[in-house]
Amino acid sequence: MKVKLNGKIEDINQATVLELLTARNIEPRMVSVEHNLKILDKEDFGRTPLREGDSIEFLYYMGGGG
Amino acid sequence: MAMNDDQIKRYSRHILLPEVGGKGQKKIANAKIFIVGAGGLGSPAALYLAAAGVGTIGLIDGDVVDLSNLQRQVIHHTADVARPKIDSAREKIAALNPDVRVVAFYERLTAANALDLVKDFDLIIDGTDNFPTKFLVNDTAILARKPLIHGGILRFIGQVMTILPGTSACYRCLFKAPPPAGLVPSCQEAGVLGALAGIIGSIQATEALKLVLGVGRPLADRLLTYDALTTRFRDVPLRRNPTCPVCSDHPTITRLIEYEQEVCRTA
Repeated sequence: MKVKLNGKIEDINQATVLELLTARNIEPRMVSVEHNLKILDKEDFGRTPLREGDSIEFLYYMGGGG
Repeated sequence: MAMNDDQIKRYSRHILLPEVGGKGQKKIANAKIFIVGAGGLGSPAALYLAAAGVGTIGLIDGDVVDLSNLQRQVIHHTADVARPKIDSAREKIAALNPDVRVVAFYERLTAANALDLVKDFDLIIDGTDNFPTKFLVNDTAILARKPLIHGGILRFIGQVMTILPGTSACYRCLFKAPPPAGLVPSCQEAGVLGALAGIIGSIQATEALKLVLGVGRPLADRLLTYDALTTRFRDVPLRRNPTCPVCSDHPTITRLIEYEQEVCRTA
């Protein structure tokens, strides 16, 4: 199915947000996920189904500035 | 307060802008901006805000200048190594623009001092170098109801967002709590391109001036990310999180808390 991932249309076959993170080798604890404009609780990554046309943003922690 | 001839000349390129004019320049002169950290982001932010004629700049930093800071912390010079950053920054600001009053604090921002320190300022700029302080700055802004311009940098990527308490998404709407220690590398461990700090800190100064002037569209409910390697900006739309621990209608954080400091100490 086609989803918009970080602003780009991509063809994916993962069923949940957690599966998508795992497939991309992204450690779930180091990212926030916005799914159709809603920031997900980390506990919900595994039970948030992905559907055709969804918009997903991976938002990364950036702690520098000094 | 009327501007003298020197001030009219100094700020002429601002005054020429219809969005600023003499009236806007006076707003800038009356503004009080608090910058947390006189480092990579705080340096360009402080220099541009001082050059712009911001009447009062508050600066807090408990560190001294280290040789490894000079690759990006442009307010500090080689002769400043080992001096408190706030002393170095105060001198550069005074040399750049004597119109600016600097209120400097040679200490760390803590849960005990934060609300008192920010109370006389209109808005806050986050130039901190670690997650515990970034969360503390966010919570302070929400509890004190002061707009905050958040900034973060790592390697070749930076992010900025404006937080209008009670109106737009805050840092905790996105990130409920700091990442587990050691999972996300610090700049000290991972490095950062010095000029990137200049871009992100300058955007923070720009967004602060827009709020002071009341012009344009603030960077609220948006996370701007900049990737220096591809030279791309992305603007991710955000919404307030109804379960945000600090800015939602039923917050679980109602007073300031401090997380343990991690390793990124050499700001």
